[in-house]
Amino acid sequence: MIGYLLRRIVQAVIVLFFVTVIVLALVHLFPGGPIRALLGPRATTAQVAHYNHLYGFDQPFYIQYIKWVGQLLHGNLGFSPKLNQSVASLIGQDLPKTIVLVALGTIVSLLFGIPLGMYQAVKRYTVGDYVLTGVSFLGYATPTFFVGLLLVEWFAVDAHVFPPFAPQGTTVGQVLSQPRALVLPVISYAFVLYALWSRFMRSSVMDNLVQDYVRTARAKGATERRVLWGHGVRNSLISIGTLLGLSLPTLVAGAIFIEVVFNYPGMGLAFYNAALNVDYQTLLGFTVLATVATILGNLLADVGYAVLDPRVRYS
Amino acid sequence: MAIIPPPGTESGPLAEPPPLTEEAPGAAVGPLVAAKPRSMLRRGWEVFAENKLALASLGVIVLIVLFCFLGPVFYHTDQVHTNLTQTLCPPSSSHPLGCDNVGYDQLGRLMVGGQTSLEVGVAAAIVAVLVGTLYGAISGFIGGPVDAFLMRMVDAGLSIPYVMLVIILSVVFHPNPVTMIFIIAAFYWLGVSRLIRGETLTLRTREYVQAVKVIGGRRDRAVTRHVLPNAAGTIIVQATFAVADSIIILASLGFLGLGVQPPATDWGSMLSGGLTYLQSSQNYWWLIYPPGIAIILTCIAVNFIGDALRDAFETRLQRR
Repeated sequence: MIGYLLRRIVQAVIVLFFVTVIVLALVHLFPGGPIRALLGPRATTAQVAHYNHLYGFDQPFYIQYIKWVGQLLHGNLGFSPKLNQSVASLIGQDLPKTIVLVALGTIVSLLFGIPLGMYQAVKRYTVGDYVLTGVSFLGYATPTFFVGLLLVEWFAVDAHVFPPFAPQGTTVGQVLSQPRALVLPVISYAFVLYALWSRFMRSSVMDNLVQDYVRTARAKGATERRVLWGHGVRNSLISIGTLLGLSLPTLVAGAIFIEVVFNYPGMGLAFYNAALNVDYQTLLGFTVLATVATILGNLLADVGYAVLDPRVRYS
Repeated sequence: MAIIPPPGTESGPLAEPPPLTEEAPGAAVGPLVAAKPRSMLRRGWEVFAENKLALASLGVIVLIVLFCFLGPVFYHTDQVHTNLTQTLCPPSSSHPLGCDNVGYDQLGRLMVGGQTSLEVGVAAAIVAVLVGTLYGAISGFIGGPVDAFLMRMVDAGLSIPYVMLVIILSVVFHPNPVTMIFIIAAFYWLGVSRLIRGETLTLRTREYVQAVKVIGGRRDRAVTRHVLPNAAGTIIVQATFAVADSIIILASLGFLGLGVQPPATDWGSMLSGGLTYLQSSQNYWWLIYPPGIAIILTCIAVNFIGDALRDAFETRLQRR
């Protein structure tokens, strides 16, 4: 167990190293370098050279890398000259609002995805199953932003039930104080996720119901209900939990499109605006944070798995 | 946006176990007749053709391709110069789907945009699958520390949320159809390579691959003649799903205004101004529905085809 843990942690550290190198290298890909991107095409060569020196971009890559990682380790994610604000404070301001959106959307999608996926697995190859399969296929094939557009068209423009934009405000409290405006963003976000969970739940429960231990349980006279809940669903929920943990950063990043469609003041919208303004410090800081969160999430999931399932540790 | 499942959970977006009612392979019914051996492709096609949904999807794709590439031959529109005298004109006999905010005919725009979407989608899928397959096969076949190193690189790439990566890349590179292909492929190959590496790891322990080594064959021969052909099913199925995913990613970037730039367009870029026009006093529905439905229709059809292909390849292995 200790050996497995150590091996896994070393792997994560190596991946962290590669990732930080890749992300810093991305900055140098900006046309004419990051400073030219920042100052614009009308800046003189001398100005660019001055700021290149100021920000240390004239130094060799490995020195830049060491300095940058040193700053990261001190919690300094960079400073956005466009917003005149440190990236860390920007994240502190916007991340909670994104978490509200992601959490609400994920909960709604799980509330529908798990029971309906179970229903599909039990009633497989019936009309109900086919209809729900059709719905999840739609969820896979529809870009998130288009779901948002359609909901705005139907519920905000045609029927004036909900406002066409997300809650505005700088704090979580302000966002939560406008629940009607939250409905459409949360539903559009949940729809695409619903397809993922219901599909996964359906195949996972079906998988579990043909296992040997299920046959044993049936042979011992367990009721169908007990078999379904005790073996089929229970094991599938563990996998859903892992899948959820693994995809959290992806979920946060996926909210970008919803935030842009509804103008929701979260991290996604800030990232998008940074992209439009070529605000490379913000892009860099957000990306590093999301990536490190992904790596730590994967590590935790693996460790959790090893604790729960002895077969993992010894393989 | 297609949510790409985290690696290692499912092979494709719609992976599911084979139907439970299926007979166990090898359960022979009736007398054994020495059937004429059929080619792999032939048998695969037979299974595919049994799937009516997949055949219908193939038909839909053919129609969409004809619409996009042959349509402009019969339906002439100017898709380069804007015409401000007819901005946002509603559907009429001269403009069946109306006009967009700068006066392009929407039906003609749909064809031109479809060309970009389909071309970029297919090309990105091919590039990603080619690179990913080679990388994964080499990594898996060499094994040892080289494999560990190569796979940590892939892990690193996969830890960067792909939405962020493609957005940064499309800010960095001037977006046009060719750069879009490489931007999409730049992250998509990672997942493919991990999958093919797994496949290679199981294949390289097979006797016929070991035999190559025994008779003194070179490693590249083992990979190209034995490992890759046997992984062909996985590769083709992955490539199919990659087309649908690429079209959605291109559309998403286009919607953000980070995709191909005017006068070129794709189905997603056509939607980028959409919300603004929905919220204005008039309801310009023809700006929203045609490109959106085109994206959904194409991606559903491609996903159905991918599913059927997976069944076809799996059954081929079972019947062997």
